[in-house]
Amino acid sequence: MATHAAIVRPTIKTKSRLGGDELAKAFTFLFAALIIALTLLVVWQLWLGSTPTREKFGFTFLTSQLWNPVTDEFGALPFIYGTVLTSLLALLISVPLGVGAAIYLSELALPKLSNSLTFLVELLAAVPSVIFGLLAIFTLVPLMRDYVQPGLKQAFGFSPLFTGPAFGVGYLTAGIILAVMTFPFIISVSREALMAVPREQREAALALGATKWESTWQIVVPFARLGIMGSVFLGLARALGETMAVTMVIGNDPKIHASLISPGYTIAAVVANEFTEASGQMHASALVELGLVLFALTMVINGLAQVMIVLTTGKGSAKA
Amino acid sequence: MSTKTSARNQRRNAVNNVMLTLTAVCAFLTVSTLFLILSYLVYNGGKSVSLDFFTKLPLAPGQEGGGMANAILGSAVIILLASVIGLPIGFFAGIYLAEFSPKKLGFVIRYTADLLNGIPSIVIGIVAWTVIVKPLHQFSALAGGFALSLMLIPITARGTEQFLLEVPRTMREGALALGAPMWLTVASVIVPAARKGIMTSMILGVARISGETAPLLFTALGNNFWSTSLNQPTASLPVMIFTHATAPYEDWHRQAWAAGLVLLGLVLIANITARAIVSRGASLPK
Repeated sequence: MATHAAIVRPTIKTKSRLGGDELAKAFTFLFAALIIALTLLVVWQLWLGSTPTREKFGFTFLTSQLWNPVTDEFGALPFIYGTVLTSLLALLISVPLGVGAAIYLSELALPKLSNSLTFLVELLAAVPSVIFGLLAIFTLVPLMRDYVQPGLKQAFGFSPLFTGPAFGVGYLTAGIILAVMTFPFIISVSREALMAVPREQREAALALGATKWESTWQIVVPFARLGIMGSVFLGLARALGETMAVTMVIGNDPKIHASLISPGYTIAAVVANEFTEASGQMHASALVELGLVLFALTMVINGLAQVMIVLTTGKGSAKA
Repeated sequence: MSTKTSARNQRRNAVNNVMLTLTAVCAFLTVSTLFLILSYLVYNGGKSVSLDFFTKLPLAPGQEGGGMANAILGSAVIILLASVIGLPIGFFAGIYLAEFSPKKLGFVIRYTADLLNGIPSIVIGIVAWTVIVKPLHQFSALAGGFALSLMLIPITARGTEQFLLEVPRTMREGALALGAPMWLTVASVIVPAARKGIMTSMILGVARISGETAPLLFTALGNNFWSTSLNQPTASLPVMIFTHATAPYEDWHRQAWAAGLVLLGLVLIANITARAIVSRGASLPK
């Protein structure tokens, strides 16, 4: 039948159909290639835009603590410090909470409850950053200023981590708001990694007499560790690049402080605050170079996260 | 001996109960933040939303009243621009990834799309500024739309791809077996079969960019009046929330709460609608 059809059918028609497929492939490829072109455009523009400061300061840009737009002296260290510190503080809070919640959702909760709670967590991930900032300014900052920071000073005032006046804003406040913004990611990705652990692993542990917790903590969690690590890195990448909420509560002080309750600055926040009023070419270039640094930082973290998630859940960019 | 083991077992059981309870506490603690956010916003925003908010222009600081009509329209214009640019590009790129791409090239494009998706929004803002605002010497809705489209493209592409791949093999093979060429199969069988999922991912993408503030700060900038062309600074709700919340005027704070409630309401409605469209059990693109 098939061969008969092939003989009867005019060859021209087969050719034109082949042409249609080639055309469709070429047409859609143009759009796919645009993704690569746009990503390269981002890198190229950041590189190009930061030429003046890259040439003037070289690597000292990354190690200098001086940020003075008036005298055209620019160093990124206070911002890098603030970005990394606030993100780590965020992870310190969100990793235990997020992984704990993910364990509950994948191991204990009934599927119906687990699905509805996960749905709510995903809604939380959809809340715009500026809304977190709005809430933080009017609720978290007064709370920190009046109760938390004075309390911390009273309890741990002997250590340099908790000294200085309580303004309400600062590294710790930013870290807390970033924690709330990152745990939706940690929960949903960790939950998937945990759910990808084969049933037999749990059953074998339980059959040997392990309690539910022992089976979860000693067998299931280690099995899914790469995926959980991936979720943490994903959360970290998000925290590093987070702009609005942090800008509204960080305190805008371009210096390095040991005290967690003191105001500071992050890369994203200084770009958001100073870019529109960048006074000269050098100032603008310094801010673009900060963008380049932030870009590089998040790309490395994101890349690591992708690899780990792919290795455990088989999802991500390697497989579709 | 037996008392020793039972003491040990008692401890193991106690640890079991404590830790499992703790994980439940973690789950409910995290979920409750959503309700905390919602209730606080409804409480403060509800007091401040009025008809004026939707119909009037902002007033000068110190004056009571006024609204954000221009920001609502401005946001709509910028989001529309971003969608017109971003959705078709993402859609066709997604079709290429799912149906036509060779293995290696597909991986490279997919990886790049995830990379683009992971770029901090403030960095996207910088690039839109250097590409559009700087050469034209003008903050504009156009620049804002371009910035947001950069974020929308990878989301749409990966979402489209994922839902196309979920179409059962048998449907593809059926169409091909009937003699349809690949392009016709894609256009008349696969894409229609995946249309709900594709729409879902598009709605989610648009909802995500509509709350973005950082890419608009120095592209669309802001405006206290109506913008009459795409090549003018344009007000948007997220930027308005930022400037009003950080300003020292009591009445501006009230307006910021109202804007926050309206924005979050729209974003959550879009999210819930999108998830309702897609059939139960289908996984959503991350």
